[in-house]
Amino acid sequence: MTTNVAVSHKQSRKDYVSDQVVRWCPGCGDYSILSQVQKAFPEFGRPKEEFVFVSGIGCSSRFPYYMNTNGFHTIHGRATAVATGVKLANPDLSVWVATGDGDSLSIGGNHLIHLLRRNLDINILLFNNRIYGLTKGQYSPTSEMGKFTKSTPFGTLERPFNPAAFALGAASTFIARSLDMEGKHLQEMITASYRHRGTSFLEIYQNCRIFNDNAFIDLLEKPQKFENQLILEHYRPMLFGANKSKGIRMDGHRPQVVDLDGGRYSVNDLVIHDKHDKMLANVLCELTYMPDFPTPLGIIYEDNQDTYEDQVHKQMDQAVAQLGEGDLEQLLHDGHTWEVQ
Amino acid sequence: MSETTKSPKKQTEQVSQVTIRFAGDSGDGMQLTGNQFSDTSAIFGNDLATLPDYPSEIRAPAGSLAGVSSYQIQFASVEIHTPGDEPDVLVAMNPAALKVHLPDLRAQGTIIANTANFNKRNLQLAGWDENPLEGDMLKDYRVIAVDMHALVVDALKDIGLPAKIMARSTNMFALGLLYWMYDRPMDSTFAFLEDKFQKRPEIIEANKKAVRAGYHFGETTELTSVSYVVTKAKKPAGTYRNIMGNHALALGLVAAGKGSDLPFIYAGYPITPASDILHILAGYKNFRIITFQAEDEIAAVTAAIGAAYAGALAVTGTSGPGMALKSEALGLAVSAELPLVVVNVQRGGPSTGMPTKTEQADLSQAMIGRNGETPMVVLAASTPADCFDTAYEACQIAIEHMVPVIVLSDSYLGNGSEPWRIPDVNGLPKIKNRLVKEAGDKFQPFAIVDEKYMARSWAIPGIPGLEHRIGGLEKDSLTGNVSGDFLNHEHMVDRRQKKIDVVADRIPLAKAYGDESGDLLVLGWGSTYGAIRSGVDRARAKGVSVSHVHLKHLNPFPRNLGEVLVKFSRILIPEMNKGQLARFIRAEYLIDVLCYSKIDGRPFVPSQIENKIAEILGDA
Ligand code: SF4
Repeated sequence: MTTNVAVSHKQSRKDYVSDQVVRWCPGCGDYSILSQVQKAFPEFGRPKEEFVFVSGIGCSSRFPYYMNTNGFHTIHGRATAVATGVKLANPDLSVWVATGDGDSLSIGGNHLIHLLRRNLDINILLFNNRIYGLTKGQYSPTSEMGKFTKSTPFGTLERPFNPAAFALGAASTFIARSLDMEGKHLQEMITASYRHRGTSFLEIYQNCRIFNDNAFIDLLEKPQKFENQLILEHYRPMLFGANKSKGIRMDGHRPQVVDLDGGRYSVNDLVIHDKHDKMLANVLCELTYMPDFPTPLGIIYEDNQDTYEDQVHKQMDQAVAQLGEGDLEQLLHDGHTWEVQ
Repeated sequence: MSETTKSPKKQTEQVSQVTIRFAGDSGDGMQLTGNQFSDTSAIFGNDLATLPDYPSEIRAPAGSLAGVSSYQIQFASVEIHTPGDEPDVLVAMNPAALKVHLPDLRAQGTIIANTANFNKRNLQLAGWDENPLEGDMLKDYRVIAVDMHALVVDALKDIGLPAKIMARSTNMFALGLLYWMYDRPMDSTFAFLEDKFQKRPEIIEANKKAVRAGYHFGETTELTSVSYVVTKAKKPAGTYRNIMGNHALALGLVAAGKGSDLPFIYAGYPITPASDILHILAGYKNFRIITFQAEDEIAAVTAAIGAAYAGALAVTGTSGPGMALKSEALGLAVSAELPLVVVNVQRGGPSTGMPTKTEQADLSQAMIGRNGETPMVVLAASTPADCFDTAYEACQIAIEHMVPVIVLSDSYLGNGSEPWRIPDVNGLPKIKNRLVKEAGDKFQPFAIVDEKYMARSWAIPGIPGLEHRIGGLEKDSLTGNVSGDFLNHEHMVDRRQKKIDVVADRIPLAKAYGDESGDLLVLGWGSTYGAIRSGVDRARAKGVSVSHVHLKHLNPFPRNLGEVLVKFSRILIPEMNKGQLARFIRAEYLIDVLCYSKIDGRPFVPSQIENKIAEILGDA
């Protein structure tokens, strides 16, 4: 986001709707994500020609076709690498990656690691529906153990992947999580991703209506959603439950769910969320997969580091300052030369 | 040239061309020694060509056969095209080097052996039952056996260096001896040493002394009776430098970056023998070149594709195995009609194969090795210096035609060197691009805007009104939107082929060297150029009716290639593979050709071509 140029006319959602017919299945969570992105973007005050959506392969990777921005629908797993090239070539662009759990955690895992580690200012929207949708229902790296799918008629034998913990391990500087159907929260997270300078990793739990319906039902339906959503807010105690009557407390280095109505614990005993605390981020990442704990949503971790592209250009500027602009004539004549008459 | 005064006592003899092979253990500094001899000979004004050969192991056991590293140079007062047939001189720094390279030495050739290393253990490691320097095993050669180590220690005794450090100057002794034998000045090596060891004056001193000791040994000892004079070669006027293929290729890319006035990105992943291109370009930051060492080969090509999509001159480089990994992404570049240059410095395959040995076996991969109908422009460099022109031309075609282009080089070209006449920067063709500056009323991202080039416009992100979506799904031929229309698909398949076909309009027609018709045409491509040209010249000198056509453009072929071929009774195609070009030629022109395959990791030498011609036609 190097050029936050004011846009002459006030943009609206319509500006970001392309002329293509959206072809996801009716009831797919992707619709909601698309709509939140289209609502969030006009608020950024940025000319829309500066946005680029890069995607790989999968249902989620059709995303660029439906955004009236620049879009590049590439090949399976490589969107993060393509996006890296786009950003290196033109750091003034706002580059977004739309990807899924198969696309970026299975075939594209390597590129995702290295994008996170390099910290280019690119925003990743990871649509996690815990299934392969486009290829019609095989288990994905995030499918729960034992899941029956087309390719695992006797149940999967693989333990699921923890995307947030993976991102943290790859030195990610921004890790957040949201839900397709929690529109307001999702839009906030999209905006926070945009505002973060560096690679932002936003995991969005997304419902695949056809092949993995209701995978996140416990996080979405009342009343159980209140018991299962832990909405993280920076510098706020970790409260959850219908009446905010529960919280997370640390018992030594172990998190613990406590009931504030019991009289034994008060809000003062709870962990205060600090998105800059990496140790805490570790705990929050693990919490996701611990039974009897709510699922953390919001910004799990954020850290400010130089972006890769800034450093690349800094090195070039330094070289120019030291040696002067490269002179081709001189370069070709470098070293020993001799004249033939 | 102050230090080349000849001792009057010895004879000198004039020769027109000499081939020397320096061979020793990987730790003996043979590459450096060979490079010094080459640079000196280049500056002296000889024509030359070099062939380094080193083991793929980082450090094979000292003294072992696997650890032998060599460097061959042919230098001449006449025009030459190869690093030579059989060496005239073999410098063997240890028994293993002698064992590996003796079979190549010409009859009556000279062996310069460092006896210090011919001890029992090394002899055993090399598999010699007895010391070949004793007895009459080498009686058909001229042997100069010298304890270089002892002479170096003696020469350096005043400097006060530890024995181990002194031993490292032994290669400089060998270099000095050869400088005497071939009447070369020592100045340029001295200048090199002064530059390289700036902070360690005692090392400069030691190495200079070792060079001088070798030189004076030649002058005074009775082991050497004659020195040779190889005078300057006649070459077209200009400024020259000696250059290796990978270096020339990197410079060609830099020049194209300047010539196109676009941001330049080179993305690569470490792989032998292409890594040098990445290393060289990484040093040119003040040219505002972005080098990107990707996490793998796929990321390298896809990042380059992303950069091309965003408006950069994007290049990725690799060798065969990496090329295999990139193939899906190349399909995307073809489908999205983006400019991209992909360099393959070929090496021995299949699989990991022979990483440091040369081969031309990736031609089929370049021509057809992708899923779907995915034609790409393919160019091949023919000499180290030609790597510059080929790289430049590849960038030009990519950008002007909006297509990905493959450049084939190989280990022999990449690491070999020859004198290069430095081109006039202002004479390099300007590269015009297809960038769209502003959105007109009828902007259509995928419409062909230049029929002659079959190029679409390059509508990059960042320009108001040009927002559009493209990808690897089949696209509508005008809007670029996803299209499943049958007729559109067929049209697009044809269009992608036509994009290659029209490139033939810009490339030079094929012209036979020698005669326009005759008994035999030798058809080659890539790095076989030198061996074929020399072999054909030798045969022609004997009056044989043989000509040569060498292809730089493999896809498309020159327009008239078929007509040129039919003028000859027979066609011989020497290739460092099992007949890959032969297959394309047969398929394209329905004519038969004779294959001459060589796939032993070593380049052709002129005598092999000469003999093959004789075998086919008989001596005239
Ligand atoms: S298959 Fe699933 S993820 Fe794909 S579009 Fe249909 S509902 Fe959405």
